[in-house]
Amino acid sequence: MSTGFTIYPLGDHAITIEFGYEINHKTNQQVLSLFNYLQTKPFKGLLDLIPAYTTLTVVYDVFQLHQHCQKKQTVYGWLEQHVVNILQTQQLKFSHTKRSVSIPVCYHPTVAPDIQWLAHQHELTEDQVISLHTGITYHVYMLGFLPGFPYMATVPEKLITPRKHNPRKLVPAGSVGIAGNQTGIYPFASPGGWQLIGQTPIKIFDIKKKEAALLQPGDEVTFYSISLEEFNHQQQT
Amino acid sequence: MSIRIVKAGLSDVFFDEGRYGHQHLGINPGGAMDTLALHIVNALTLNNPSEAVLEMHFPAATISFQKNALFALSGADFTASINDQIIPLNKPIFVKQHAVLQFKQPQKGARVYLGLHGGFKLSSWLNSCSTNALVHAGGFNGQRLKTADNILFNIDVPDTFPQSMDAFCIPLFSANTNDLYQTGPLRVVAGRHFKLLTNDSQKQLLQQQFTITTDSNRMGYKLQSQPLLLKQPQNIISSAVTKGTIQLLPNGQLIILMADHQTTGGYPIIGHIISADFCSLAQCNVSDSISFTLVTQGQAEEAFLSQQRHLLQLQNACNLRLNDFINANNRP
Repeated sequence: MSTGFTIYPLGDHAITIEFGYEINHKTNQQVLSLFNYLQTKPFKGLLDLIPAYTTLTVVYDVFQLHQHCQKKQTVYGWLEQHVVNILQTQQLKFSHTKRSVSIPVCYHPTVAPDIQWLAHQHELTEDQVISLHTGITYHVYMLGFLPGFPYMATVPEKLITPRKHNPRKLVPAGSVGIAGNQTGIYPFASPGGWQLIGQTPIKIFDIKKKEAALLQPGDEVTFYSISLEEFNHQQQT
Repeated sequence: MSIRIVKAGLSDVFFDEGRYGHQHLGINPGGAMDTLALHIVNALTLNNPSEAVLEMHFPAATISFQKNALFALSGADFTASINDQIIPLNKPIFVKQHAVLQFKQPQKGARVYLGLHGGFKLSSWLNSCSTNALVHAGGFNGQRLKTADNILFNIDVPDTFPQSMDAFCIPLFSANTNDLYQTGPLRVVAGRHFKLLTNDSQKQLLQQQFTITTDSNRMGYKLQSQPLLLKQPQNIISSAVTKGTIQLLPNGQLIILMADHQTTGGYPIIGHIISADFCSLAQCNVSDSISFTLVTQGQAEEAFLSQQRHLLQLQNACNLRLNDFINANNRP
């Protein structure tokens, strides 16, 4: 049984369940447990499940769900009750098999336009930035922003850096960035405000694959450093 | 059996109801901006409601029919014509091989939809034919149409249809769509952070006119108004957003998330356009003024349900009449 959650509507066709007010592993596990449960036991009319740091949002089809409802009950009211029942009666566990993914990153300034600036800001050498960034395991809290874009945390304290004031008009696909205590990878070229400290030659989102997104919420990620030559070589192949 | 794009428009793209079930991977549902128009053209052409249709902005494509076809237009009025004869919206139309469809002048609305009996041969990605231009998937080649593109029909229309004219509307048959769209203020349900606005800003939200700026597209409409203020600055952890979500940007202006919205966001959520009024907003143009009125969750749901019932009636009526007509005209 879960305690400590808040439920509120997100417009007239989605509902959000909030498990806490700060980014931490425990709260996110609760989010992912309910996500997992509803993925395996969906109700009729469920359209989408969107886990985030502290919240799970359920998008639904009002017309289909309406058929479950008693007279005078709103669809939202029915769904709220349904979720409360699940949270109060089910032993929710996050059963997604823990996957560990290791991602090659080239930290050479040619493909890491902010690494020198960031190192300087924190009075570190570039090598220290690299060893700090590759030194720990990150948790994928959520995907969002672009198809397959992973929000990963927690970045070592010495590397915590705010977003750029003026976002870049074009960030190349594969760019690895830092925003606050999060690190992420741009699966597509796009505008973006994260501090770019590296680039991976591998595809983070590949529609030719059955599972297009390389990462899923709940995954564990580590980075390892590769040279510019290896980067160029891998990108070509 | 195809249409050929004689001249591509500003943005002619295939969409269906959207690609749901993948937002946990950051894949947004997309889909037609005006799903009412999508459903209407599909009803008028005897299609499944979820069949993909062509969404066009002005200037819209000039299209040549390479074979007889049964099609319908709905949504924006861009003065559609077949071989220079003006044709109506919201009616099933038979058209002869080599006829050319053009759109001459925008009159009303922002997007016109073309549905074809039997649908077009498109590629599907994750169970949807909606085009995702970022990923280059779905629709026709995963992108907007280009001049000289040739898009195949799924089925052939029999040649027994009237041949004497270039285009032929089924008489006494038209979908009345007036009641489906909202003409007054757009109805809004309060968002998670509505109460965080100052009392003055709360009032302002419901009394002011908001102008749709040029910085608006299928991802979101950015609005211009007197800036709205929060009682105190907020640090919000990113979480899911949805179609119609109204966010407050750091500069005090609002953005409304549209069909191609991102799946998550971290700006304060002031409100949400109700589902029943989303398509009315989708037909608004840059520099149009809009205003908001607050409704309850129950009222929002009821508005949507009654709109869906209205659509179902329309679909049933279309099925009946069109089948009668086709049967009568197919008799030897």
